[in-house]
Amino acid sequence: MQILLNGKKKEIPNNTQLKEIIEQFCRNTKRVIAEVNGDIVKRHLWEECLIHPGDTIELVNLVGGG
Amino acid sequence: MNPSTLTTSLTIQDEPLIIAGKSFTNRFLLGTGKFKNKKDLAESIEASGAEIVTVALRRIDLERHEDNILEYIPKNVTLLVNTSGARNAKEAVRIAHLVREAGYGNWIKIEVINDSKYLLPDNAETIKATEILSKENFVVLPYIYPDLYVARELVKAGAATVMPLGSFIGSNQGLKAKEFIQVLIDEIDLPIIVDAGIGFPSQAAEAMEIGADAVLANTAVATAGRPALLAKAFAMAIQAGRLGYLSKLPVKKDLASPSSPLTGFLYENDNTIERR
Repeated sequence: MQILLNGKKKEIPNNTQLKEIIEQFCRNTKRVIAEVNGDIVKRHLWEECLIHPGDTIELVNLVGGG
Repeated sequence: MNPSTLTTSLTIQDEPLIIAGKSFTNRFLLGTGKFKNKKDLAESIEASGAEIVTVALRRIDLERHEDNILEYIPKNVTLLVNTSGARNAKEAVRIAHLVREAGYGNWIKIEVINDSKYLLPDNAETIKATEILSKENFVVLPYIYPDLYVARELVKAGAATVMPLGSFIGSNQGLKAKEFIQVLIDEIDLPIIVDAGIGFPSQAAEAMEIGADAVLANTAVATAGRPALLAKAFAMAIQAGRLGYLSKLPVKKDLASPSSPLTGFLYENDNTIERR
């Protein structure tokens, strides 16, 4: 199935958990903040958050800024 | 350098900068963007003595590994996350929620910009975001184009400080908005932190001399040839400007006024004849 991850189309297997996606795409998951379809998903819910076709996922973290 | 150690016989009594009940002795806020490398950043934070540093929230670059910026920021420094990238109040609020959710505290610098040419903050949207986030118990530091009416609205909205821009962001042009910042300093009963456009230590000192409570700089330090040196220079200039302000500065005059007495000159002969 296809999802939109940080603005890019990605092909992932069905029934993937958010946690699996984060672990696959982020080298360091410690500081990741996740949002699925505009809603924040708390870290302890990553595992039970199942991703559906067409979902929009945003993975963000802190960077330098003024 | 602590003000009280400047001289042994002079004790300078200055109040700390208090934001939302939290006390700070250093009046220099450092931004962490644009540094060439993390070593420069870490050294600059240390040299600045900053007790508050700003960071931003961005999409993770999935293609390459990025260092975690928090590794370079000492734990005792207050993290102020900006909402840069937000084009309206709604987006700023969303960023604030992400920040809190991730456990990065509740200090938010509202930065709403939807003009890519001048990068001026949208004051109206900033007021809206401040209202919403203050009610949700965020400590809100709004970045604005200096305007008295807007600042008054921000006070009503529950802002913790007001952060007027000195000049165009990243321009290093200094206090172009000086007269209007002065109005805010005189009229608004919240800490006034001059943000944006401060490029040289002398400009930061000038902001402090007119009574600003603190100064935030980023681009200037990050893009200097030797960032840590400039960070230190800013810290000292801000302290010097603050002391100047506390000294109750003398008044500017249009004409000359001698600094030495005008009487009792040597070699001055009195040609009048004294008659006995």
